[in-house]
Amino acid sequence: MTTVTTDGPIEGYVKVDPIATRDGDVLTLDVQSRYYKQVNAAIRAGFADGVKTVKLLNVNGQRYIGTGIKGKDLKIEVHGTPGQDLAMFMDGPTVEIFGNAQDGVGNTMNAGTVIVHGDAGDVLGYGMRGGKVFIKGDVGYRVGIHMKAYEDLRPIMVCGGGARDFFGEYMAGGLLILLGMNSRLEGPMVGGYLGTGMHGGAIYLRGEVEPWQCGKEVGVFIANEADMADIKPVLAEYCEALGMDLDEVLSEPFTKLIPVSHRPYGKLYTYL
Amino acid sequence: MTYEPLLDRMPTTRPTSGAGFFGERPKYAEEAAFKIHGGCGLMGICDESGTLMSGVNAIKAMAVQRDRGNGLGGGYAGYGIYPEFPDHYCFHMMYHDLKAKEESEAVFDQHFVVDLAEPMPTRPVKGISDAPLLWRYFLQPDPYKLENSEMSADDYIVHAVMLINSSVDGAFVASSGKNMGAFKGVGFPEEIGHYYLLEEYAGHTWTGHNRFPTNTPGWWGGAHPFTLLDWSIVHNGEISSYGINSRYLEAFGYKCTLGTDTEVAAYLFDLLLRRHKLPLELACKALASPLWTEIDRMPEEEAAVYRSLRAVYGPAMLNGPFAIVLGFNGGMVALNDRIKLRPLVAARQGTKVMVASEESAMREVLDAPDKVWAPKAGEPVIARVKGADWPIHGDLHLSAGELSCAVTGVNDSCEIVEVG
Repeated sequence: MTTVTTDGPIEGYVKVDPIATRDGDVLTLDVQSRYYKQVNAAIRAGFADGVKTVKLLNVNGQRYIGTGIKGKDLKIEVHGTPGQDLAMFMDGPTVEIFGNAQDGVGNTMNAGTVIVHGDAGDVLGYGMRGGKVFIKGDVGYRVGIHMKAYEDLRPIMVCGGGARDFFGEYMAGGLLILLGMNSRLEGPMVGGYLGTGMHGGAIYLRGEVEPWQCGKEVGVFIANEADMADIKPVLAEYCEALGMDLDEVLSEPFTKLIPVSHRPYGKLYTYL
Repeated sequence: MTYEPLLDRMPTTRPTSGAGFFGERPKYAEEAAFKIHGGCGLMGICDESGTLMSGVNAIKAMAVQRDRGNGLGGGYAGYGIYPEFPDHYCFHMMYHDLKAKEESEAVFDQHFVVDLAEPMPTRPVKGISDAPLLWRYFLQPDPYKLENSEMSADDYIVHAVMLINSSVDGAFVASSGKNMGAFKGVGFPEEIGHYYLLEEYAGHTWTGHNRFPTNTPGWWGGAHPFTLLDWSIVHNGEISSYGINSRYLEAFGYKCTLGTDTEVAAYLFDLLLRRHKLPLELACKALASPLWTEIDRMPEEEAAVYRSLRAVYGPAMLNGPFAIVLGFNGGMVALNDRIKLRPLVAARQGTKVMVASEESAMREVLDAPDKVWAPKAGEPVIARVKGADWPIHGDLHLSAGELSCAVTGVNDSCEIVEVG
């Protein structure tokens, strides 16, 4: 909770280092009411000092956790509600959130894994170009917007609940999967404008979609055996990470959406 | 509503020439020196049991959202905060100088019975500077003049607010409702809350705002909330339809004078809910209209209602990205634009309903929420204080048939809007 003082305004965060406790290669930081700059500096300092796992306690609203951190075998555990742009530009580590995430998780992420045991907000995985994002619950609007793939980089996102409008909007590459299983949302598992402007990658939905839900740029297919063979290892990893039953996930047929053109706006913006 | 009858009887603009109280001075104006792009942050909390909460709750929720603003505007609205004067309209005033105060007070003295006039209690806060003169007045319309005006007391107040804002140079009405008040200015919201001693007020409903001015100046009158009577609006986003909304409102006697788009949202709610008596859901659907493609998918009876609504209230539709919280004495309503271009999350804990731009803001105030969710675009989150007057016509959720009645005026309680 915030610090109430009598001689000055209430401060949401204080610019003081978090309380740190180190046990071998595990660093625990109590970040209650600490400003994000001090929190992120402490995380980076820990990794630079040989720490492999950073546990963050009492997180509430601190932005940019895991942002820009490079390296494999590094882990950040977040207990609480992290702020915007979690794991932005992240390049390798694993971030696991025991709670809900806010907006902008995995923004332009390069590599690594984000696991959220609750819901996530809007613009999840914006411009993501590699790595994995696994969400247990519901997600918001514009999820997977402009995900892209390049050579061996293939971003993967699996959302266990429902999603709102503009899922996979302008998607240019990668794999986006929606299960609709752990949802508290009313209505269909995904909103409208699904895959609008999509020109690369693939979207899989556990269940069916109505034509009105889909953008003009996607073709809708029933996932075949080869498709399922492609996504099964991903789903297995997702289930392992979030304690779900793979057989149950696979018990329903999947729908596959892919772009009908790799250059949907080619004629719109080019000189003829 | 026309202004002329009352205008005739009120002192209006100061002569453009001739010495005033302090002699000549240039006309008061605020201009944006440059344009910055960014977001804003907001919060709203309502205890539906009517239990009063300290203003500290509102400050806490805004303090964790500090980085959503840039120190150029913060503010709050509190409801149920003046139990000593529950039936008086309370005017929170901002004066650029003593001359503006003198002229505004002349309006009050002539047309109202002022039972208490006092400076707003404030304390010096580092970072808050250039505050205008801040005063508050607990007043009621002069009974004789009110009767002569043939207006309701609320309309009389609206007249006075428009008159002061549009014609008393350098004077702005920050709020004008009963048992409520707006506390706003240039600074970060936690500083503004401290400045106004918000911890000394207790309300059943609070809204708060952190401003990152984008298109219009960061100035004291331009901070949120924007109010009229007890309606208050805090807003994150841009109302791109400001031009058409303000012209539409002018036809109903509203004057947009504060130089910020959000102002129209406060007046539109006053028009739709108080004067046109639209049910709340319909008013929200008029402002955040369903897309035509959505209407086409509705059952025909419902689709006909929404087509009519969009036809009648086309100029009231708020276009552009927005998340807004409307506060009033009966509760609170939060609403998003129809494609969710600005963040809004909600939570409930017991009788408390809370909304904010970020979940962390709610968790700062609610220690164990029963439910946290992201409202669907265009679907209002509604909190209603038990036992308080519900100033809104109709129930919370209407069937298609009831909506149809409201729009087409079959029932005499919704006679205002008539669609052929």
